[in-house]
Amino acid sequence: MNEVAKYFSGIAQGVKTLLTGMKITGYYFSHARTEIITQQYPNNRDTLKMFDRFRGVVEMPHDENNEHACTGCQACEIACPNGSIEILWERVVDPETGKKKKTIDKHVYHFSMCTLCNLCIIACPTDAIKMGQGFEYSVFDRKQLTQVLNNPGSKVRADVKD
Amino acid sequence: MLAFSIYDFSTLTKSIHESLLSTFSPGWTMTIEWTIIGLILILFAAIAVLILVYVERKVAAFFQLRLGPNRVGPYGIFQTVADFIKLLMKEHITSKNADKFLFNLAPFIIVTAALLGIGAIPFALGLHVFDINIGLFYLTAVSSVGVLGILIGGWAGNNKYSLIGALRSGAQIVSYELSITLSLLVIVVLVGSLQLSDIIASQENGWWIFKGHISAWIAFVIFMIAGTAETNRGPFDLAEAESELTAGFHTEYSGIKFAMFFLAEYLSLFIITSIGAIVFFGGWMPFHIGSWEAFNNIMDYIPPIVWFFSKVSALIGLIMWFKWTFPRLRIDQLLNLEWKYLLPINLFNLILVSFIVLMGWYF
Repeated sequence: MNEVAKYFSGIAQGVKTLLTGMKITGYYFSHARTEIITQQYPNNRDTLKMFDRFRGVVEMPHDENNEHACTGCQACEIACPNGSIEILWERVVDPETGKKKKTIDKHVYHFSMCTLCNLCIIACPTDAIKMGQGFEYSVFDRKQLTQVLNNPGSKVRADVKD
Repeated sequence: MLAFSIYDFSTLTKSIHESLLSTFSPGWTMTIEWTIIGLILILFAAIAVLILVYVERKVAAFFQLRLGPNRVGPYGIFQTVADFIKLLMKEHITSKNADKFLFNLAPFIIVTAALLGIGAIPFALGLHVFDINIGLFYLTAVSSVGVLGILIGGWAGNNKYSLIGALRSGAQIVSYELSITLSLLVIVVLVGSLQLSDIIASQENGWWIFKGHISAWIAFVIFMIAGTAETNRGPFDLAEAESELTAGFHTEYSGIKFAMFFLAEYLSLFIITSIGAIVFFGGWMPFHIGSWEAFNNIMDYIPPIVWFFSKVSALIGLIMWFKWTFPRLRIDQLLNLEWKYLLPINLFNLILVSFIVLMGWYF
């Protein structure tokens, strides 16, 4: 292409790309108040719904009988790269068989050390823990970030096998 | 006692003049009138800037899919008032090695330049402070005096970022002043006069953007590009360039002195868009089409002042659209654009329009 043609095609190309950009921002401008708009976060707390794959704090779901699926196998504790999970377990004698069995006492979770990497959830053989939807966890004392995930007095569900 | 018409302000000014003359001597009348005009212009400038800053923030927010200021007052309309009060109460910081005199002088120069421009703008029929026969020349001249304030402010702060910003601004204004003047000359060739009232009167049977067809369109596009550069706004805001030079030429300024730079920036935006509206879109002249009497009469029902401000707002909206769409140019790209593209096209356009006028190929 010779220089003169290049000069004029450069002008045309430049005008075209500028108009394309203006078209896009013009669309944003005309639709800003109706369809697409930034979340009004502290005001929309009541209606705010996080998306499914959001990884918040680790939770252990309990059913209505206050039973969970954690067997205390420590797989999550081993999988955790930061040591933010600590399983306190004990051996109790099963009254039916008379054998000693490993059960969970406390599933201690240090949120202050957790990077929300999801490895504990992958490691769990019984799907006892999951990533929650909560994210408002600023506290004044670091101790408050250490939680016990299983409710007091909760048991392992009977159908959960090791 | 005072005759008032929204369509022709000269009745109002005349009745004020006569009632003052009946009480005071001609010398005092003149002094009082000058004082009133000065106060009105300063007040208008302050209010216009408050509104423009609010509109700019709101428009920027919508372009970025945000809501913008919405806490102070309904829809945040008092946000800029609150900001202004905050700026008034801030400390004036002058750095130790600054040139104190020039440092304090720069904000006044830049605001004076902007206010000088406001004085020559015809807002409506009869609402025109002084109508000199070189009106357009005067406007382009004073609108580029502001760069003196930028250069002095950048130099006096004794800060490398300010100095770089000021130098860039100098290079920019020197280059783009050419384009803006040449693009306005196209219309001057069509009108045959530099007087603003003549330029507006010549558009009674249609605005120059329609009557001047192709050369007026080219001139308008170049005027908008060069005008954006002239006001130091994005994408030509190299003098500020937050990401490179912290705040450019006004890095060292704080409080009300900073507010003066801010005021001048928005006032020059208003002046540039006013020039655009006057020259290409007929200023306060309603939308007329040739000899369609009925249509023209309907259009005349909308007062001239509404026409003027709606045209200016539309052009301001366009410039804001540029700012929030295009990325900032580098200094070499900026000079390339001017000297390799805008200036040759402009000169060609000037020859073209001279030929058109010579042959009478315009409406």
